[in-house]
Amino acid sequence: MSDTTNSEAAVSAAAIRLWLQKSAEVLAEKRAYLTELDSPIGDADHGNNMDRGFKAVVATLSDKEDVGAVLKAVAMTLISKVGGASGPLYGTFFLDAGKPFAGKAALEPADLVTMFEDGIAGVKKRGRAEPGMKTMLDAQIPAAEALKAAVAEGKSAVEALKAAADAAEEGMKATIPMQAQRGRASYLGERSIDHQDPGATSSYLIIRALAEAVAETSQ
Amino acid sequence: MKKLINNAEDVTLEQLKGFGLAHPEIEVHFDPNYVAVAGGVQNRVAVVSGGGAGHEPLHGGYVGMGMLDAACPGQTFTSPTPDQMYEAGKAVNGGKGILQIIKNYTGDVLNFRMAADLLRDEGIDVRNVVIDDDVALKDSLYTAGRRGLGTTVIAEKVCGAASQEGYDLDRLEALCKKVNIHGKSMGMALTPCTTPQNGTPSFELAEDEMEIGIGIHGEPGTERMPIKSADEITEILATRILEDGAYTRELTEWDSEKGDWVDVEVKDITFQSGDEVIAIVNSMGATPISELYTVYAKLAEVAEKHGVKIVRKLIGHYITSLEMAGVSITLVKADEEILRLYDAPVNTPALRWGV
Repeated sequence: MSDTTNSEAAVSAAAIRLWLQKSAEVLAEKRAYLTELDSPIGDADHGNNMDRGFKAVVATLSDKEDVGAVLKAVAMTLISKVGGASGPLYGTFFLDAGKPFAGKAALEPADLVTMFEDGIAGVKKRGRAEPGMKTMLDAQIPAAEALKAAVAEGKSAVEALKAAADAAEEGMKATIPMQAQRGRASYLGERSIDHQDPGATSSYLIIRALAEAVAETSQ
Repeated sequence: MKKLINNAEDVTLEQLKGFGLAHPEIEVHFDPNYVAVAGGVQNRVAVVSGGGAGHEPLHGGYVGMGMLDAACPGQTFTSPTPDQMYEAGKAVNGGKGILQIIKNYTGDVLNFRMAADLLRDEGIDVRNVVIDDDVALKDSLYTAGRRGLGTTVIAEKVCGAASQEGYDLDRLEALCKKVNIHGKSMGMALTPCTTPQNGTPSFELAEDEMEIGIGIHGEPGTERMPIKSADEITEILATRILEDGAYTRELTEWDSEKGDWVDVEVKDITFQSGDEVIAIVNSMGATPISELYTVYAKLAEVAEKHGVKIVRKLIGHYITSLEMAGVSITLVKADEEILRLYDAPVNTPALRWGV
């Protein structure tokens, strides 16, 4: 491959599989950290749940060259293995993110934007949540916006996803001063302030894993 | 941690196995885990509930004639997953749709809603009623709303009877919502509890302290205060329930005409002089029945002062939090319909009369 202009098929099904593997690796590595974040404002199980869920994702990873089928399989595994609120929320993200891509072997940069936007729309609807409520959306939405802007400027998938991961990181940090309005953390009221949201953190890690997987497979 | 367990990882599975052996009239299904009336449901609405384990007899103990058709247990204090409610729903669907009764905890709500979507994709009509009756939480504006407590037990009893009577899904859904807005609960803890998985108590409570306004997952309450007498504690809980204002919140429900989830504003009743109620004086797990009667005596007195008449009562273990010591009180305003259905025959491991 000589260059990576946005007109080329940017993200193969293999890159998506690598993304999920990398997600599983980082979630296993950060398992204790995520659970620690979840202890003061949740029920101290987010790291365990995400690690268990993504381990199962990797174990059942479809080798189909069909991005939609891969994402749907991820969704169904997360739904049945993660539990708590994160299971249906991440399950919905992957289910809705993959829907437009049934039968497609690769994603264009513009498809990545659709994937994020559809996934996020599903999470918003499932969780009846909006930005600023101290949830995973506070990492996901800035990532989608940065991705969309970068793609509109004609950036490659690799560059656009790096911008998305950086924006997700900022969004994750921005949850620290927020007061939670959804989930068990919301019952703490002002006591939920000064804690980084575990869901936003796992979302950031997963988005960063996507950026890295696409960068590696584009070399 | 001192518990009658073998291995912390296996407790839910082992307990389900024992439940199945003890109650052969109930089918216990593994992977995904659910319990259901043997033989399924014919030609009436199926009533399904579920939630984390650790609240027994809720919900598995309420599966049987005149109450639940299936219950889906999660791990201890952890919501069940949609594949459980999906398989349980398919197993008990009798062609007239499914009513899901869900306690208002974010994990339960999201997992049940997702299962409802999956079942609807299979052409099964599903309605989903959330019970949010915990008056300890004042408002829902910045929180996930009031939690589900003892009104859940009455909703399951009354809706199970209504299904037996032949209510269709629309009518059953309306009835379940009515029970929810007629019911109010509040709980307190004398001691925390320990999940087998964590091994340590969920919070620390000194010998002379108590938590008021607890949920059922070992979470701390809304207030911590010095321990008081049974009468004083009962008066706090009963007064909060009886004088609770008309709580208004948005609940998400399925709109079958739009084919989508919609947010609907829902307003509770307030108790009035002259009301008749069903009361539950519920042990959180460790509190003995003898102490519950001390609580009941004071509850009856406080209710009478408010002009409220207790016409039926349940005193015992109905919605527990492992071995936590403490009590919760539930009052459900009973109109003619609720009372008739409450009195209808029921035959489950934990509730049985009229048979």
